[in-house]
Amino acid sequence: MKRIPLVALLLCLFFVACEREERRFREMPAAAGRRNTERLTSLVPGPYTADIKVDNPYGYNAYAISEGKRLFTWYNCQGCHGNGGGGMGPPLMDARWRYGADPEQIFATIVEGRPNGMPSFRGKIPEYQVWQLVAYVQSLSGNVPKDAAGGRQDNMQVRKQEQALPDLEPEREAAPQQ
Amino acid sequence: MTTAGRGIQSALEPAGMQAEKIADLWQFFLVVCTVVYVLVIIFLLAALFRRRPEIVPKAVSPRVRKAVIAATGLTVITLFALLTASIFTSRGIADVPDRAIQIAVMGRQWWWQVEYDDRDKSKRVTTANEITIPVGVPVTLHLRSSDVIHSFWVPNLHGKRDLIPGKNATTLTIRADRPGVYRGQCAEFCGYQHANMALWVTALPMAEYAKWLEDARKPSKIPSTAEERKGQDVFMNSPCPLCHTIQGTPANGKTGPDLTHFASRRSIAAGSYPNNRGYLGGWILDAQHLKPGAYMPSIMLEQGELQPLIAYLESLR
Amino acid sequence: MSEHGADAGSVHGAHVGTVKPLEDPHLKVAHNGPYRLPGDESLHKQLEKTWAPAKDRFRWFKQVDHKILGKRFIITAFIWFGLGGILAALMRMQLSRPENTFLSPDQYNQIFTMHGVTMMFLFAVPVMEAVAIYFIPLMIGSRALAFPRLTAFSYYMFLFGGILLYVSFFLNMAPDTGWFTYFPLASPEYAPGKRVDVWGQLVNFTEISAIAVAIEVIVTVLKQRTPGMSINRMPLYVWAMLITSFMIVFAMPAVMLASNYLALDRLVGTHFFNPAEGGDPLLWQHLFWFFGHPEVYIIFIPALGMVSSIVTTFCRRQVFGYTAMVLSQVATGFIGFGLWVHHMFATGLPQSGQSFFTAASMMIAIPSGIQIFCWIATIWMGKPVFKPPLMFVLGFIAIFVLGGLTGVMLASIPIDLQVHDTFFVVAHFHYVLIGGAVFPLLGALYYWFPKLTGRLMNDRAGHVSFWLLFIGFNLTFFPMHKLGLIGMPRRVYTYHPETAWGQLNLLASIGAAVLAAGVITYIVNALVCAKHGAVAGADPWNGGTLEWGTSSPPPHHNFTNMPVVSGHEPLWHAPEHAPVVTGLASQQKEVLITRAFDAEPDHRYLYPTPTPWPFFTAVATGAIFVGCLFTPWAFALGLPFASAMAIAWFWPTTPKKEGEVPEDDGSESSPPREEALA
Repeated sequence: MKRIPLVALLLCLFFVACEREERRFREMPAAAGRRNTERLTSLVPGPYTADIKVDNPYGYNAYAISEGKRLFTWYNCQGCHGNGGGGMGPPLMDARWRYGADPEQIFATIVEGRPNGMPSFRGKIPEYQVWQLVAYVQSLSGNVPKDAAGGRQDNMQVRKQEQALPDLEPEREAAPQQ
Repeated sequence: MTTAGRGIQSALEPAGMQAEKIADLWQFFLVVCTVVYVLVIIFLLAALFRRRPEIVPKAVSPRVRKAVIAATGLTVITLFALLTASIFTSRGIADVPDRAIQIAVMGRQWWWQVEYDDRDKSKRVTTANEITIPVGVPVTLHLRSSDVIHSFWVPNLHGKRDLIPGKNATTLTIRADRPGVYRGQCAEFCGYQHANMALWVTALPMAEYAKWLEDARKPSKIPSTAEERKGQDVFMNSPCPLCHTIQGTPANGKTGPDLTHFASRRSIAAGSYPNNRGYLGGWILDAQHLKPGAYMPSIMLEQGELQPLIAYLESLR
Repeated sequence: MSEHGADAGSVHGAHVGTVKPLEDPHLKVAHNGPYRLPGDESLHKQLEKTWAPAKDRFRWFKQVDHKILGKRFIITAFIWFGLGGILAALMRMQLSRPENTFLSPDQYNQIFTMHGVTMMFLFAVPVMEAVAIYFIPLMIGSRALAFPRLTAFSYYMFLFGGILLYVSFFLNMAPDTGWFTYFPLASPEYAPGKRVDVWGQLVNFTEISAIAVAIEVIVTVLKQRTPGMSINRMPLYVWAMLITSFMIVFAMPAVMLASNYLALDRLVGTHFFNPAEGGDPLLWQHLFWFFGHPEVYIIFIPALGMVSSIVTTFCRRQVFGYTAMVLSQVATGFIGFGLWVHHMFATGLPQSGQSFFTAASMMIAIPSGIQIFCWIATIWMGKPVFKPPLMFVLGFIAIFVLGGLTGVMLASIPIDLQVHDTFFVVAHFHYVLIGGAVFPLLGALYYWFPKLTGRLMNDRAGHVSFWLLFIGFNLTFFPMHKLGLIGMPRRVYTYHPETAWGQLNLLASIGAAVLAAGVITYIVNALVCAKHGAVAGADPWNGGTLEWGTSSPPPHHNFTNMPVVSGHEPLWHAPEHAPVVTGLASQQKEVLITRAFDAEPDHRYLYPTPTPWPFFTAVATGAIFVGCLFTPWAFALGLPFASAMAIAWFWPTTPKKEGEVPEDDGSESSPPREEALA
């Protein structure tokens, strides 16, 4: 009888920690096929329509975020986005998300490309790696749990470590900018 | 991959000058230590089973005292002998001759990037997981790491040397004394696929080595059949060029192994599997099954794309 | 009981190992050997009452008796040993065949890391300390161990650390970068998640525990020896623990520093080991191995002491060359701090510097060799009794000497460059650690089992378990020497058939099964005989040291009359009515403090009572460390809380009020003191 709270506590830990420490090497997440592109207007018929949201299967997974960090360099996202601060491309560390901050929207941005210069990486980056990149990009503005986000990198410090970046609530825009 | 299992990664079958000296030292140590051990066991057994009087004297026998002192003295002398032998061997293998061939090896998770340097840029050769050296000529390996600590070890040729990231570049000079193929393996735990980070060192007679080097300096072969051409198209349109380089083509990725002369290598996945069509197909489609955790992703190809791609890659001699 | 008196020079009869019931079942007085006085029975009763442990519902959280805590420590350490052994069995199963898929690489990495961490941090050092906690006060004739509440605190820290590690293992967040967590593999970039952070905090737990116990042992040994036991009359086991404790105090801080730098790098973003920002991965290696090498001597030197105890009793002769033995242990301790770079011979450090470490690593064989020679001389001049404890000592000599010789091979840089980080090294350190520490430990536990439990272990099962262990051990680890020489590196989760390592690996795995059978036999023997073994008297082996001069198991106050000692092996040389100490109060817990070198009585010390505050402090400190896995704020927020617990722990309490005069119970001790000393 006395042990039930302890067991319950341990079970809670099970659900909290397990996902973070999973190492999945061969997954093709089921969510890969479902996408929801950004609406270009806020007018919708009827009283209310919910967007179909797809959760990033790697949102809480430390290994995936770490892989996303590696891929960010290896696929040369730094070439335009710097280390999150932007350059030719917009910064990824701020609260402003031109084409949407939801995981499926970031996925679409990478896979389909966007106007104003974002290339389409469809067929160039395997889909499960795109989700890893999505998780990493989210971590740049603090939108993943801090214990799953990365620590300092093993190179020169280019910005604060992801664990220490501030949590920035995404500003959602109704229409894309020029 | 050679079929002979014995001796291809063994410190007991030296094929190089340094490994030879170390093996000799090992023999010396083995003999001395075995003699010491046998003596200790003999004295222990004698002490246990010797016939002793019913009432043993309390006083310490002076003979025993002398024996212990003598044993201690012998231990000191033996250790000095071993130390001296070791220092002489150290000196012998540390020599770095001036006119050695310089090869840069960069350890990466979980493969070896090999670069033959040359003042003339067009003569530089970049390959992966296989090092070809001439017999009888000293070769100095400049060892660096791009990520974590690895350790370069080809037991037939020399001891190991760590590859440490940062300013801690190390060097290792080897000299193969016989032609042959020798296997090496990473010897410092470096992550998931430390077990599958092997390499091959091929020692060729000087003339064959010169021919090999000349071939390696050429850019990649142009595809000659329709299937190979299709394969090249598949290659360029897939994720492959984002990571791999094939000299003479637009493929220019720097994060994966150089594939310019891929088909001339005896293994894939850093010495893990033989370089043949079956394993290559499996590697491309599902690398994570063959080497889980490796950075080669599983590539999704359409129907009818895999075979041409393999044909193209296998044409890159 | 054979005569201890005039016949001191002769062989002590044939009484070793005979089962003896308590001398006088009606009296139930603690057997005090030659240290008996009239009136012992009432004194014994009074002391039992005074020194009684906590008996209420929460007593588990309050105990401070070193024997209770020592037993707990031993049992807990062996639980971790069993778990570590299961992990080893899993590893051997995976490696028994080439390209085996029993374990994935990720699982294998966690398992071999856990095996190393468990054995090195949770078993090897704590179990040696545990045996010391139990036996040192008995061997030096003291009522108790110094700083008992600190002992309780270190036990709880040790327990919580192990629980943290194993809970993390079941949560798939066990450390997976090796027990030595080299950087940059363990850095935030290459080791995502919280796995390596668990390693860092585990080290905090276990090292606090170890350092605390080391301090207690040093103080006890230096200040609580019974009168007459000058420093050159201490048993060799006590010397070994003294030296080990000093080594712990000097070596453990290095790893605590390293693990906290690791935590800072991972949690806060410092750059201790980041070469791009001025750090260095080699700094980690130096810090870690500066601890790591003395660590193995910390594990090994207590075993030397245990071997001396066993050889003395089972060859019925004091160990030859007491001074040489002591000085050898001291030399091993000193030189042990000067060897650490031999773990780094492949890193490209300058040759001349490395040669110094070659010389030192070979030199340390000299004191170890002297000890082996002295033991063989003792066996030569004594009359061996082939009981399991002596068998374990013989196994120790056979295995450890081989391991020491491969160590001399490894000290040579050229040879090390070939066999470093291969299975040759795995073979070497298992030979010196299992042969050099576990075999003596098992022998010592067999030897001291009657004192711990009051019963004897079964001899036949003891012999069977010894032979299973010896044969299984050699079958498992001897082939690994060859495996390393023919190219098999360490820490590989699989290998390919072309390498021809399959047969030797299979042999090693079969040997591991035999070794496991031996371990199980020994443990079952211990567990069954603890309840149903033959009852042992105070001194079933006819031993010479003081722990055999009290009942089995000892009363809570250890000795009814404090012995006065006049030589080595006091029980063998004590006259018919040996002198005892008088003047200690029996109505309150008093311990006699003596001078450090010649053990002359100095003052009396009022001993702490049972209390739960060490437990609460351990919980609070543990909470800080677990919180530090996730955020550095845990340290700032948790520290006041832990401090509050510690303040409650150390809150001074008034001793018995003046004027309270207990009844005179007719004992020979002087009237109770009217004030307690600080």
